[in-house]
Amino acid sequence: MSDVLSWLAEPLRYAFMVRGLLAALIVGIVCPVLGAYVVLRGMAFFGDALAHIILPGVVIAFLLGWPLGVGALITGVLAALGIGALSQRKEIKEDTAMGVIFAGAFALGIALLSTQRSYAVDLSHILFGNLLGVSAGDLWLMGGLAVLVVALVFAFYKEFLVLSFDPVLAVTLRLPVTFLRNLLLVLIAVVIVASLQAVGVALVLAMLVTPAASAYLLTRRLPSMMMFGAALGAVGAVVGLYLSYYGNVASGPAIVLTETLVFVLVLLFGPRRGLLWRRSAEAA
Amino acid sequence: MAELFSRPAAHDPAAPPLQVDGVSLTYDGVAALRDISFNIPAGTRVAVVGPNGAGKSTLFKILVGVLRPTRGEVRIYGASPGGHVCIAYVPQRSQVDWTFPVSVADVVMMGRIRTLGLFRWPKPGDWRQVDEALRRVGMLELRRRQIGELSGGQQQRVFLAQALAQNAELVLLDEPLSGLDVPSQEAIFSILDDLKASGVTTLVATHDLNLAAERFDQILLLNRRLVALGPPASVFTPTLLMEAYGGHMHLVPEGEGVMILTDTCCDGEEAAHE
Repeated sequence: MSDVLSWLAEPLRYAFMVRGLLAALIVGIVCPVLGAYVVLRGMAFFGDALAHIILPGVVIAFLLGWPLGVGALITGVLAALGIGALSQRKEIKEDTAMGVIFAGAFALGIALLSTQRSYAVDLSHILFGNLLGVSAGDLWLMGGLAVLVVALVFAFYKEFLVLSFDPVLAVTLRLPVTFLRNLLLVLIAVVIVASLQAVGVALVLAMLVTPAASAYLLTRRLPSMMMFGAALGAVGAVVGLYLSYYGNVASGPAIVLTETLVFVLVLLFGPRRGLLWRRSAEAA
Repeated sequence: MAELFSRPAAHDPAAPPLQVDGVSLTYDGVAALRDISFNIPAGTRVAVVGPNGAGKSTLFKILVGVLRPTRGEVRIYGASPGGHVCIAYVPQRSQVDWTFPVSVADVVMMGRIRTLGLFRWPKPGDWRQVDEALRRVGMLELRRRQIGELSGGQQQRVFLAQALAQNAELVLLDEPLSGLDVPSQEAIFSILDDLKASGVTTLVATHDLNLAAERFDQILLLNRRLVALGPPASVFTPTLLMEAYGGHMHLVPEGEGVMILTDTCCDGEEAAHE
């Protein structure tokens, strides 16, 4: 017993590990709450694109010596609103437009960064996160953004639900559809920014989508999907971080791999929509 | 944002529930609807019929305010659709994501969220109204089911309960009867009777000319333009039907009457417009 406890306590002797664990928990819990809407509305590609579009903002802030979070937040919100406006036009298909902008912005970010001498290290931190480098200031920023996002998801719960389930009903009920849609996009941008330090631009999507997708398979109402997703996200964060510590694996990928494993298990063995369950129900 | 705080538009009970004046809609230079005008008095049950691509779904979307007409005007109890929450639209079943994690009661509660207002959560009184709406459509026992676990007729009734919970006075139903067996259709009609008895006006898009002739007060015959509006006997004449359906219809003289064969069916095609 004491072996297990000391095994668990060992990494926490380091302050940077404690900060890393707190950061991973914040991200792991908040992402699936909003991720529920990303999964239900089929916005995974939007989330991925947005994360990559943020890169030049982060790099410019880095070059100017500003806090990275500020650069990311400004670019993220502008990009979310820009994509929102673009998707209402008909000249070009939405995913094509997003793809063009996403790749272009990403290239710009990398090009700017490549002018720096510390290019390789910086790039890997931005792409894959640097959980163990989280400062107290970063933690406060992440915590603040997390509280903001959860509060707004809670405040607009029924409006977001109707908008996602039945957009025509949202119009017939005279809800401010454009405002709500843009608010949701901006919240996704905010969550992505809060998660960048933990898992980086390239893996943020997993935090948003994977635990929420597992929860989708396990639940039948949205509030339980959000809560289950948050619980699975927290488990993934903790397990992933310990795996990273003892297995000497990068922390962001370790968390994402844990969440992916959970998803595969749920997909196979889940009691409701699980594949094996369904197979045996069909056979019966 | 301001819309959330403004009151819904004034409701003039003396005005007809639905007044359509010269409505046209053009997509990329092609007229989907041309110069449509009509009035529907309160408590009337209207069947909207016409061949595929006649613009039935498009007309409904204009009436509820999802699409804006290129020309013309829609008035609901005297005001434009933009101000009203008394219209309910029951979508085609193929338009709904039935895997969405919501229960039957959740979907019905959605009809009440505008009345509830921003930052307010449903109170016991609201849930009682939801239960009452579910009881009226005979779905109270299934209130906890996830919506994908229902039969087609039950799914249709959930949305009717939503319209009831919304206290809608004008209900539009897009192909609610197609794909349902006779008992399920009868269950829908008994709810429509209930709505009519409480003065609610209903417009029902359907392909079933038999049901339209037997069970509706008025027939709105549509083919991009308004071909006819009136009681079934005056609308279902060979001349008007040929005008609306053209080559998609065969009229077979049979004793005293005429047997009508149409080759239109199935939902989905018109939805492709959007």
